[in-house]
Amino acid sequence: MNLSLVALIPFVGAILVASISRLGRLHAAWGAGAVTLLALAFLYPMIADVFLGQIIIQRFSWIPNLGLDIVFRLDGLGLLFSLMILGIGLLIILYARYYLSERDDMGRFFAYLLMFMGSMLGIVLSENIIQLLIFWELTSLSSFLLISYWQHRQESRSGARMALAVTGGGGLALLGGFLLLGEICGSYDLSVILASGDSIRAHALYLPTLILILLGAFTKSAQFPFHFWLPNAMAAPTPVSAYLHSATMVKAGVFLLARLFPALSGTPEWFWLVCTTGLTTLLVAAYIAMFKHDLKGLLAYSTISHLGLITLLFGMGTPLAAVAGVFHIINHAIFKASLFMAAGIIDHEAGTRDMRRLRGLWKFMPHTALLAMVAAASMAGVPLFNGFLSKEMFFAETLHHANQPWGWLMPAAATLAGIFAVAYSLRFIHTVFFGGEPVDLPKTPHEPPRWMKVPVEILVALCLLVGILPALTVEPILAVAAAGVLQGPVPDHDLAIWHGFNPALWMSIIALSGGILIYLARRPLSALHDRFVDRIEFKSLYNYLLNQLFKVSSYITYLLNSNSLQQMLFVFMIFILMLGLAGFNENVSALTGDRALLPMDGVSMLVTLILVIAAIGAVILHRQRLVSLILMGAVGLGVSLVFIKFSAPDLALTQLSVEVVTIVLMLLALYFLPQFSPQESGNYIRSRDVIVATAAGLGVSLLVWAILTRPYHSIADYFLSNSVPGGGGTNVVNVILVDFRGYDTLGEITVLALAGLGIYAMLHQLKLSGSEQDSEGQTWDRDLHPVIMASFVRLLLPLALLVSVYILLRGHNLPGGGFIAGLITAVALIMQYLANGVTWAHTRLSVDMHNVIGAGIFIAALTGLASWFFDHPFLTSTFSHLHWPIIGEFELASAMIFDLGVYLVVVGTTLLILIYLGLVHKESHLTNVRKRIR
Amino acid sequence: MEALVAILIGTLTACGVYLTLRGRTFPVVLGLTFLSYAVNLFLLVMGRLTVGKPPIIVEGVTEYADPLPQALVLTAIVISFAMTAFVIVLSLKAHLEMGNDHVDGKHKP
Repeated sequence: MNLSLVALIPFVGAILVASISRLGRLHAAWGAGAVTLLALAFLYPMIADVFLGQIIIQRFSWIPNLGLDIVFRLDGLGLLFSLMILGIGLLIILYARYYLSERDDMGRFFAYLLMFMGSMLGIVLSENIIQLLIFWELTSLSSFLLISYWQHRQESRSGARMALAVTGGGGLALLGGFLLLGEICGSYDLSVILASGDSIRAHALYLPTLILILLGAFTKSAQFPFHFWLPNAMAAPTPVSAYLHSATMVKAGVFLLARLFPALSGTPEWFWLVCTTGLTTLLVAAYIAMFKHDLKGLLAYSTISHLGLITLLFGMGTPLAAVAGVFHIINHAIFKASLFMAAGIIDHEAGTRDMRRLRGLWKFMPHTALLAMVAAASMAGVPLFNGFLSKEMFFAETLHHANQPWGWLMPAAATLAGIFAVAYSLRFIHTVFFGGEPVDLPKTPHEPPRWMKVPVEILVALCLLVGILPALTVEPILAVAAAGVLQGPVPDHDLAIWHGFNPALWMSIIALSGGILIYLARRPLSALHDRFVDRIEFKSLYNYLLNQLFKVSSYITYLLNSNSLQQMLFVFMIFILMLGLAGFNENVSALTGDRALLPMDGVSMLVTLILVIAAIGAVILHRQRLVSLILMGAVGLGVSLVFIKFSAPDLALTQLSVEVVTIVLMLLALYFLPQFSPQESGNYIRSRDVIVATAAGLGVSLLVWAILTRPYHSIADYFLSNSVPGGGGTNVVNVILVDFRGYDTLGEITVLALAGLGIYAMLHQLKLSGSEQDSEGQTWDRDLHPVIMASFVRLLLPLALLVSVYILLRGHNLPGGGFIAGLITAVALIMQYLANGVTWAHTRLSVDMHNVIGAGIFIAALTGLASWFFDHPFLTSTFSHLHWPIIGEFELASAMIFDLGVYLVVVGTTLLILIYLGLVHKESHLTNVRKRIR
Repeated sequence: MEALVAILIGTLTACGVYLTLRGRTFPVVLGLTFLSYAVNLFLLVMGRLTVGKPPIIVEGVTEYADPLPQALVLTAIVISFAMTAFVIVLSLKAHLEMGNDHVDGKHKP
């Protein structure tokens, strides 16, 4: 039994599907189907246990210090949703395989769909609510990708953005709510939260928590006034709409209401907030649905309305209402998916979704018409179809409060919404399939391919089965899911078609006959609606708010950003200086501490003097760029001397080799840049900057002095005493890098690799001509590759490589290691480029540096992963000693392989940068070497 | 010795700050390099000054320089190299796209 795999398989499958789609157009569809079946297969063995009332929990430790675990949970509610997500998902995949046209990229579509499926499964199978939220946001992101699937259409992009803005904003509110909930309960685990409903409801923070969580749920399930994103999300391909509207996305919102029902419900606040929202949504959306001319638009508003119904049921807070809510979730998923698929078939085969043109399709596609009629009857709540049963339970529940003042309002509103539902269902069927002749359709409609109808047929069969034999079909899963919602015994409920002439039946009868009446009077009503009501558009309000937001942000940007780096840096420096000043002021103790000082010696003074003069010289002469660059190089070399002096041989080696590479790089860049900086700033600016710089320097000097004269305690003892026994190396710095703090180093080489790739992206295809003359106005020497230098450098190569290998191998015990060895190798190879030219060197070193970088990170990461196989944490190292003949004892540590990864990344990145900077020269574009390089 | 180090780091910082406040990209890159020298030295001496005691374990020796700042600085050197390279190439690209090498990418008379 592996619960986590059910949610994770679709994510892995998404990558798989995207990659196999290159092999053939339909591979992606088959792959997606197989992945879904696999997830179902993993779910299958757990079903029996859940039916026995067990809650399956699978826990992985994630950040134990923060109390965060990755925990999956399967109970009745999770099972119901998983089955719906996977089952309807499977049908959607089959349908989409026929729906998508030749021009649509199947791989991308099914990869997004699987990602979305995985995110939904993650929501319904999470035990930890923070983890639930992560999946929640993933559904927002992946639905964004799905809705904007047809990226070339403007309405797809804007619809997707709107969906993301609304549901993502709700996600933020939900995060706040979950954090508060976690604070109240002391745990983020659902088991704890669901069991502590009383203390949550009594807590002072109950109301803010409730409001934030409801904001999340309502935005996701498109409740009024956040409903407007859903109709705009209609720009998605129809299989996506069918999926989003039936089993997923909007159902995530009501899932949350169901999930947290035992924890949050049962208070007046819950009742009023949830019921009012649900009731308003139910009525408003059903009303709008009646007047939509777009087939999918009608269905979208009916979805919103039905979600309002479900929300209202959960809002009532009684156990029986919750059962009815779960039941309607099931029924709505079944009939809405089939209706969307039918609408998609009509759109696909007739070329339009406009109900003013779609008429009399019965004679073109009777089979599809029949299927759509059954599903629409279910949506309208006609007896013998599944929608009738849950709707009647809903009607019965609204009557509970009927004897209170204003208590009649709810049943009356419910009946009214029922009337609207009948009217729009009738319009969907009667107008489209009967109602005269089609009005200039783009295509002559005909029945779709056989297999495109199969998913609809399955769903429609379910509508009938559930509608006629509810106790035999849906009762078991409904009972176990309701038990999951209530976290306790399920109240008695009777799923029968006939309960006698009770008030609920009368409400149904009124709804059916009223709906027919409204449909008959549709023309005058529609005219009235167009004249008065259609003006109210939430989309324009949203756009207005969005534009205002942009205006405010750009005003803030305008206030803070002066568009001048010099000015902003100046302000920044002043700010830092003031911070430093504040720090000095706060600490009133003497500047000089009581640590014993080291004696000064002549050499140190001399080196310091040279460094100070070189640095100041570089500043004074900074307008002569070459001179200041050389002076800077001198300072860099001096810094490596300082490293040697203060017992840091590794740093000295690194600094030395980095300095060489940096200077070569800057010289190359300088070749393409102006050789002199113009005198730009006036006297005032320059003296101002001198004062700021001097103040900064003085501040740092005083800070260093104050620190160095004070004693301190280091945590270094741990590393010093554990380096040999724990890491197997005597060079503590290297052992820290590759072993103790190996994870940091992995991050750092990744940064290095990214910088290299970023530079490559900038230089790629760049063409520049350097100056014809050097900085003194002389033309360059014609002899580009002097023979003596070229020959010497070639001889030097093997020696330099040998040294770098030596440095790499000894790094664990003596100064050296991957960073330094990598830089030495890079310098050795760069010298070949410099002395012999790009053409010569590149034909001999035809390795793609991207691969070297990739291999480096791969090796480093793999060394880390390998320790998992031995049940150790990531990047645990091991070592042993080998006795080799002649050479003697030789130490092998897994950290050395890690160091090899570091070495490769450093070599690859450095060479990538320098080679491509060299190739920028326009002459290298003329040679055909460049072509061979690619 | 401590005073020398303090003066050195202060000078490097001052040079770095002055150069980063210039109006052309190349001096700004030099200034960033100076600042990274200063910062690297600053980080190293946070482990206080120790002469002749490199952190390489030898039997019988108990006094070593603090290896932790050294490990930090080692990667910092490499990262600041990557940063310098990125910034200099960025300035090259900006020079090509804008036709000048002003830090704000505009011509000034």
